[in-house]
Amino acid sequence: MDNAIVATHDTHAEEHHHVSLPQHRHHFETAEQQREAGTFGMWLFLLTEIMFFGGLFFAYLLYRNWYNPAFVAASNQLSIPLGTVNTAVLISSGFFMALGVWAAEVRKKGLLVLFLILTTLSGLVFLGVKYFEYKEKWEKHHIPGASFDVSEFVNPPLNPKTGKPIEEPLSPDMAQKTQIFFSLYFAMTGMHALHMIIGIVLLGWLTMRAQRGEFTEGYVAPIENFGLYWHFVDIVWIFLFPLLYLINRHPGS
Amino acid sequence: MHISPVLWQFLVKWLNASALFPREASTIAPYTDALYFFLLLITVVGLALVGALVFGFSVRYRKERNPVATQVEGSTLLEATWTIIPLALFLICFVWGALLYFRIYNPPANSLNIYVVGKQWMWKSEHPGGQHEINNLHVPSGRPVQLTMISQDVFHSFSIPDFRVKREVIPGRYSTVWFEATTPGTYHIFCTQYCGTKHSGMIGEVTVLTPDDYKKWTDESTSGMSLAQNGERLFASMGCNACHSGNAAARGPNLANVYGSKLKLANGSEVLVNEAYLRDAILNPSQHLTAGYAPIMPTYQGQISEEGLIDLVEFIKSLKTNYRVQQTLTTSESNQTTPDTPADTPGVVKP
Amino acid sequence: MSTTSSTIVSLPDQRTATLPKKNYINAEDGILSWLLTGDHKRIAILYLISITFFFFVGGLFAGLIRLELLTPQPDLVASDTYNKLFTMHGIVMIFLFLVPSVPATIGNFVIPIMIGAKDLAFPKINLLSWYLYMFGAAFTVAAIVLGGVDTGWTFTTPLSTHYLNTHVVTAGLGVFIIGFSSIFTGLNFIVTIHRMRAPGMTWFRLPLFVWSNYAASILMVLGTPVLAITLVLVVLERTIHLGVFDPQLGGDPLLFQHLFWFYSHPAVYIMILPGMGVISEIMSTFSRKRVFGYSAVAFSSVAIALFGFFVWAHHMFIMGVSNYSALVFSLLTMLVAVPSAIKIFNWAFTMQKGSITFETPMLYALAFIGLFTIGGLTGVFLGSLGMDIHLTETYFIVAHFHYVMVGGMLMAFLGGVHFWWPKMTGRMYPESLSKLSAVTSFIGFNLTFLPQFLLGYLGMPRRYHAYPPEFQVLNVLSTAGATVLGIGFLLPLIYLAWSLKYGAIAGNNPWQATGLEWQIQSPPLTENFIETPVIDYEAYDYEWLANKTRHEVTTVG
Repeated sequence: MDNAIVATHDTHAEEHHHVSLPQHRHHFETAEQQREAGTFGMWLFLLTEIMFFGGLFFAYLLYRNWYNPAFVAASNQLSIPLGTVNTAVLISSGFFMALGVWAAEVRKKGLLVLFLILTTLSGLVFLGVKYFEYKEKWEKHHIPGASFDVSEFVNPPLNPKTGKPIEEPLSPDMAQKTQIFFSLYFAMTGMHALHMIIGIVLLGWLTMRAQRGEFTEGYVAPIENFGLYWHFVDIVWIFLFPLLYLINRHPGS
Repeated sequence: MHISPVLWQFLVKWLNASALFPREASTIAPYTDALYFFLLLITVVGLALVGALVFGFSVRYRKERNPVATQVEGSTLLEATWTIIPLALFLICFVWGALLYFRIYNPPANSLNIYVVGKQWMWKSEHPGGQHEINNLHVPSGRPVQLTMISQDVFHSFSIPDFRVKREVIPGRYSTVWFEATTPGTYHIFCTQYCGTKHSGMIGEVTVLTPDDYKKWTDESTSGMSLAQNGERLFASMGCNACHSGNAAARGPNLANVYGSKLKLANGSEVLVNEAYLRDAILNPSQHLTAGYAPIMPTYQGQISEEGLIDLVEFIKSLKTNYRVQQTLTTSESNQTTPDTPADTPGVVKP
Repeated sequence: MSTTSSTIVSLPDQRTATLPKKNYINAEDGILSWLLTGDHKRIAILYLISITFFFFVGGLFAGLIRLELLTPQPDLVASDTYNKLFTMHGIVMIFLFLVPSVPATIGNFVIPIMIGAKDLAFPKINLLSWYLYMFGAAFTVAAIVLGGVDTGWTFTTPLSTHYLNTHVVTAGLGVFIIGFSSIFTGLNFIVTIHRMRAPGMTWFRLPLFVWSNYAASILMVLGTPVLAITLVLVVLERTIHLGVFDPQLGGDPLLFQHLFWFYSHPAVYIMILPGMGVISEIMSTFSRKRVFGYSAVAFSSVAIALFGFFVWAHHMFIMGVSNYSALVFSLLTMLVAVPSAIKIFNWAFTMQKGSITFETPMLYALAFIGLFTIGGLTGVFLGSLGMDIHLTETYFIVAHFHYVMVGGMLMAFLGGVHFWWPKMTGRMYPESLSKLSAVTSFIGFNLTFLPQFLLGYLGMPRRYHAYPPEFQVLNVLSTAGATVLGIGFLLPLIYLAWSLKYGAIAGNNPWQATGLEWQIQSPPLTENFIETPVIDYEAYDYEWLANKTRHEVTTVG
């Protein structure tokens, strides 16, 4: 049997002309190994994020099942136009991010920086819209807590044309359950917004480094892996939007 | 249990006398103890087996005695053996435990029902005849007793170790446990779910009396009104009788004999009306809409204490006719005997 | 190395031996080189120091608890203080000691070397893990110093959200942050084990320690985030009144229980699996034999990880889950007990036809086998529905989990520390003193926790500050045992520290063990290997080792 410690460099030194990128970490044998490890790590991290949001989704599904009328009424308080705008903005930001990854791979520094900036701007627009939505909730006393106001659910305003209430009025005990909806709304969109803020900060840092040319010399891993993260945040919103905004919205209702 | 009763008694009593084993004071206790001894047996045998193997191998194959090890890959037969046998034993424990669980969980039909309200940091028990106790529970021996319990604040847990029963006491819904005490005496009640500062002070005593003594006790300690009578008062003063008057055109369903019946709800489902349903219907009426009625019942969340709810539930349980309900429609403002206002139009009462 | 001696320890000639001139400890100087290191071995040492500190903090709380419980009356401390003591004991011991113990100290040190790599996949994230640990620990210390938290380590709602005014948020945030430390460690291990094995190191040639840590890492990565979100919701409920668990708003406090135990049950497997990995290594080395049934042990680790996710509601049998749920979870609990039983028998049979010596690590491993058997089987008591009704929430539970966690996990940790100490430091510890500590701990442990099984069946509830007088004798026994146990744990602190300066030089392979870590110098170089190893032999291949030793000239220094 062989002695365990044997040199192995020679076997692959020929096929792989050692383009030793400065970012090549010494503990990886090859840059390929480093790249694969990085991507694998990011996917694993996203798996943990799925479990993280999963707890909230589970709570949401449970309570939506129990208190369906309250959830319907509360969901109707959310602005579909604003939600749709945000969805479009976020999908566009994902598109820009994907373009950014392409730009890094084809080593076009200017384009990469442009796309990163566009991604950041889209993210900021999203957060701006969310700020307005939250502010509206604050003004209408729909933030759970002592100042929560159920009157709009018990006595919905009347449609001026038909004279009928625009919403099915809820009995007082069911109206109280709208607080649970809003608690989950703020927890889920708030957690999502927090992830977006972290993403935007990281985008700022990556843009600076991209400007210095760090990602257009063959080393694209940070852009790729950040892209994965950004797309994940996007996908979470794609789930949140229908679950929170679109309960029971039939055409013509 | 097919062990000699003499041996069994000896074992249990001796252990109990040495403060190493609790008393067996309920009908279920011997069943629990039987499972316990079985589990102990498995543990001792398992430990002895592992110990014998380890000790035996240590002696036989110690370096001085066996200087050269023989490399062994494994043995599928052995793997199968020590997979299947433990699995079989554990499954026996599962089945036995499940059977015992269902025995403990399902009260007999003729149980005496006592309400227990737990709050930080005391137990309040309420007998149907209106006897109230704090941190104490008097029960008759030889008769199944069901405890219907709820918490006013946080999770508690009601435990009587000598009866081998325990159940969580939860805020917001009833939980039940039952037992049949066998021997007169006093036994510990513990709160076993950590509930704050005086968790270890939330203890009490179950006093088991012979049926005669129990009757004497209930006669002596009644505070005047039974739970149902209190409930009747509340039913009127809270204005329930306005809608639930029992008239054909009443706005609320007739509550006479509703307890124990299968009620058809507005969403098409059928539900068995028990204590939990009644309590929930008072607090969350919109989710408990009887078929054929409009969802106009206000919620009483925050307006009635758990004791009040218990009183109302007991009242509705006892309601056979609506005679007194209609009687009290005009006398509901006070609990003194009314002067001579005749009973006339319903709806006079404030909701 | 005489064939008639009763030890396999083989040290270099102490008259001429020295520590290797270059190793990871003296590679760079200065505190910053440690605080900003990427070297997995240095990070492991940082963790070792931190968790040892917190172990003794948790132990101090335990000592005070046992002291109070000497008498039935609540006479040593106030009730609120007592409640804080057991809460902090639980939080510190579980999150600041047990969860990181083997993975972050021994695992960090040894796993890259065992697979033939130079470091973990993400050294910077490894360092971040340690900083997250320290940051979370700071929050926990802050909670203690500012006045304590008294929710119980289980943070049960609505007690924790609405009925206490102690530092729940601080402690909750601390645990949240430490959770991320754990997640990143697990993530690092999984990527490393998948991607950085040396040529020829196939999955089934890995040491079983790697398999166990891999299984535990899966649990860390998938389970911990659920605890994180649960704590976030508790903090939000306390601070800004988002009431998802509040029954007044229609929320369900039982939802908290489900979310909390969804992590906290896998957490116990996160804690025990790495310890089981240590036992595999030790049993093999001190029996001079490959582990019996390698595949069975490897697969049982993964089985425990998988099944561990499906049994959480066995902590909630009497809390109002439906009868059918109770049945399902009880059945699954019985199933998850089987892989652990398989391991115990495999370890026992590793000894058969071996050549056994009883150095300190082996003593700890044997203690583990006995105590974990008791602890695990008492778990079967609790998984059995009708039995659980009587036993739950009593001292039986306390005894059960201390048997598996202290009698199991802590013994495994100490065994691992003693086993890999010569590799980590280059020094041996004094053998007779270490044997004495092991035996003292074993005796003290049993004296402390065996009476608690009896107390549990008698009905003494957990978390009780005062108790009925008839329980006193057993409590006094338990406290007496705790004193002995404390001594058993303090001694290693002393002699291990002593050995750093005065211990014998260990050499590469004092235990004559297989495994790549024993083929390199002690302490190792920063980059572990001079040249990447190529593996063409199985794990625990003692014949290969004997061959190699014969052909080698052992030089040290």
